Amino acid sequence: MADYDVPEISGEDGIVDVPNLQPDAMKSHGPWVSKPEFQEAMHFPTDFNMPEDVSDYGNTDTLVENWKERALDKMADLKGRYRSLQVFLDICVKCGACTDKCHYYLGSTDPKNMPVARQDLLRKVYRRYFTFAGKFFGKMGMPGFVGAAELDEDVVKDWYNYYHQCSQCRRCSVFCPYGIDTAEISMAAREILDHIGMGQKYCTEIMGKLNKIGNNLGLPEAALADTLEGLEEDIYDETGVDVKLPLDKKGSEILLITPSADFFAEPHVDGLMGYAKVFHELGLDWTLSSYASEGANFGMFIGSYENMRKVSLRIRKAAQDLGVKRIVFGECGHAWRVAYNFLNTLAGPFDFLDQNYPIPQHVLEITEPALAAGKLKIDKSKNDDKVLTFHDSCNIARGSRMGPKPGGQFDIPRNVIRAVCNNFVDMPADTIHDATFCCGGGGGILTDDLMDIRIKGAQPRMEALKHVTDKHQVTHMAAICAICKSQFTKVIPYYGFSMDMIVSVHQLVSNAIFLTGQLTEEEIEAKEAAEEAERIAAMEARKKAAEEKAAKEAAEKDTDKTKKDE
Amino acid sequence: MQMTIGVIYAVLFWAATLVLVLGVANKIRIYAKVPAPLKIPTTPAPVTQGGVVLRMMQEVFLFKSLFRSDKLLWALGFLFHYTMLLIVIRHFRYVQEPVWGFVQFMQPFGKYAGFLFIIGLLGLLARRLLIDRVRYITAPSDIAMLLLLIMIGVSGLFMSFVSHTDIVMVKAFFRGLLLFDWQPLPTDAILLLHLGLVAILMLIFPISKLLHAPGIFFSPTRNQIDNPREKRHLAPWAAELEKQNKMFLDELE
Ligand code: HEM
Ligand code: SF4
Ligand code: SF4
Ligand code: SF4
Repeated sequence: MADYDVPEISGEDGIVDVPNLQPDAMKSHGPWVSKPEFQEAMHFPTDFNMPEDVSDYGNTDTLVENWKERALDKMADLKGRYRSLQVFLDICVKCGACTDKCHYYLGSTDPKNMPVARQDLLRKVYRRYFTFAGKFFGKMGMPGFVGAAELDEDVVKDWYNYYHQCSQCRRCSVFCPYGIDTAEISMAAREILDHIGMGQKYCTEIMGKLNKIGNNLGLPEAALADTLEGLEEDIYDETGVDVKLPLDKKGSEILLITPSADFFAEPHVDGLMGYAKVFHELGLDWTLSSYASEGANFGMFIGSYENMRKVSLRIRKAAQDLGVKRIVFGECGHAWRVAYNFLNTLAGPFDFLDQNYPIPQHVLEITEPALAAGKLKIDKSKNDDKVLTFHDSCNIARGSRMGPKPGGQFDIPRNVIRAVCNNFVDMPADTIHDATFCCGGGGGILTDDLMDIRIKGAQPRMEALKHVTDKHQVTHMAAICAICKSQFTKVIPYYGFSMDMIVSVHQLVSNAIFLTGQLTEEEIEAKEAAEEAERIAAMEARKKAAEEKAAKEAAEKDTDKTKKDE
Repeated sequence: MQMTIGVIYAVLFWAATLVLVLGVANKIRIYAKVPAPLKIPTTPAPVTQGGVVLRMMQEVFLFKSLFRSDKLLWALGFLFHYTMLLIVIRHFRYVQEPVWGFVQFMQPFGKYAGFLFIIGLLGLLARRLLIDRVRYITAPSDIAMLLLLIMIGVSGLFMSFVSHTDIVMVKAFFRGLLLFDWQPLPTDAILLLHLGLVAILMLIFPISKLLHAPGIFFSPTRNQIDNPREKRHLAPWAAELEKQNKMFLDELE
């Protein structure tokens, strides 16, 4: 583990004390900048010079030509397209209610990570160039009087740095009296940056892979097929049941879209096996698609409606090509926000799907009712080695819903956990449900070049987790978001936890479910012993055959030799 | 002299009213015209239109989200806004003839509300100066706006409790404004200050953060129904992409 300044956590009441400001505590050059070739694939301008060094980030000679005019043009364009942006830039009263609500401020103490201050980085330029007050006081040489400022290189540098220290988690919007959502501002800022030559490498590179191959990891069809086969074997070895994970199976009823991390990362993959078991047990006919093998949609992070739509349309095409009737999403926060809220807009109307089911549907919306109706055989004691808590992923908690009722996104995952585990404890009320704290890695910052802010941003969640581990003997934290899971497994060791305490919700289901025809542990042991015996027998047979062959060959050689000698 | 002042202030108030009404109307027009291309209600959100109206009412009348986030600010803000409302209601008597019973009934409340109004504003000002986070995000104009309101309140209270002005003449002046009829105005410095500051408040309303009052109704995170799966939501510019079968906006004709 590299050296980072890790905040201390006490676990006392599970709540981080609001720190005093330390200006510029997180001032930096920001994440790696994206090369022109990646920008081109995303339809962004490419007439800029790739900075040779981070010290050049945001300097005029590495930005596009006329970057200032073009940035302002883009801002004007966006505020004419997004009511959120236009209204939010105008109506903030600087009341400060949001200032202590962001996990990045709490963890880093940098005032520019306070939501309103983060918004002000963009707002001050809006005020200077687009409002009467800003223009007037700007001409008088005192734009600062009304919170306006000139657009210059330093502002661009701050944009790039601090808009990549926002996970677009929307916690601030819950607490703002007008619902001002800093995520909307961050997205707009990143869109502007993408238009002046300051795209972020991580997001654009990943979207490039997705557009070319179908998933964020760049996992081609053959590799995917291999992986799924391997998982089928794993389930077979473990249960003796032939559970399938079909790929590109035409005419299936359900298309499952899941984050590609589910194909191999831990603990994600255990969740994928959980979905497979549930589908198998419920007799659902389902398939994955190699063309649309990605649930996540990074188009949202960079605020690009067009790119987000392009990615979403892959799902529509896959559904049509495979002739499915339903689309179901796996465990992923951002994927679910885009799916639940935006998919119908971006890639609808879905009149070719079965209208009797929600379009799209979350896998938990299948598992929970099935558990409640007793359709799955569950042995809760299989999870008795754990005391669980649950991390509400913010994009699910504050950006979407599950089930028919508002708030279903909180109850449904908890109902599932309670149905498959005996021990469950919630973290403190101010850190769950719609007040949940982000894991610290969402919104396009799950990259090694942003490790410092990722660690600091995790502090409020870690504090809450420490509270329940210390006071309530919690051993594991379940999550339903690929990014949360990846971020936690990477970051919690810095706080003294072990990475295997993070589990997928469907992993818990997978542990507890007892499939029809599943072998008991003893039977599996017996089966394994039998297989082992068979294997040894086969090996011995082979060894014996080889020895015989060698002996025969040696004998033949001898005869050869005698022949030659003759 | 009283007539000259009357004319100057009449022009000032007509201009201020025009700026206020047209300025706010223009902003409302923009807010209504700019589409919200995506469904972004902060969830859990209501799933019906009625639910959204209820949610908005709770925000506007009770500052519900603010109550969750900051109790002290909520209390101060509540005090300030509601006493301001009482004061505004009380002021109707200067333009109404006959004065409504309700407005008459509210007179004493409005009169004493002035003190609470100033206490609330002083509290808000103190926050801006004392809490380091709030100080950091405060621009001089934020302070100036609180001072403006405080001065409006103090000059008003001064006339109510210390040095009365000629109310009958003031009322004739404002009735005259409504009818585009020049009327004289008392020349008390304190009255002229009070009215001048109110005119400034009206003038800056459409170019400042005071737009939060109309703006809150247009906030997509608060005014959208949570029904994206049931009902397709499409902005006109996004519909154009579909119509022309294009992926990017700059490819549109
Ligand atoms: C729909 C009507 C309105 C609503 C819902 C509303 C709500 C709020 C809220 C929640 C705040 C933040 C907390 C606070 O400081 O109180 C605020 C601040 C403020 N409001 Fe309003 N308001 C409304 C109308 C007005 C009007 C008509 C004015 C006219 C003067 C006004 C002046 C202010 C000022 C000056 C502040 C900032 C206080 C500060 O600097 O701390 N509000 N408003
Ligand atoms: S809570 Fe809302 S209005 Fe208040 S400072 Fe933050 S963003 Fe502005
Ligand atoms: S959206 Fe989340 S990360 Fe961004 S400013 Fe708000 S609270 Fe912080
Ligand atoms: S990664 Fe998880 S916790 Fe973090 S922003 Fe996304 S959904 Fe929220």
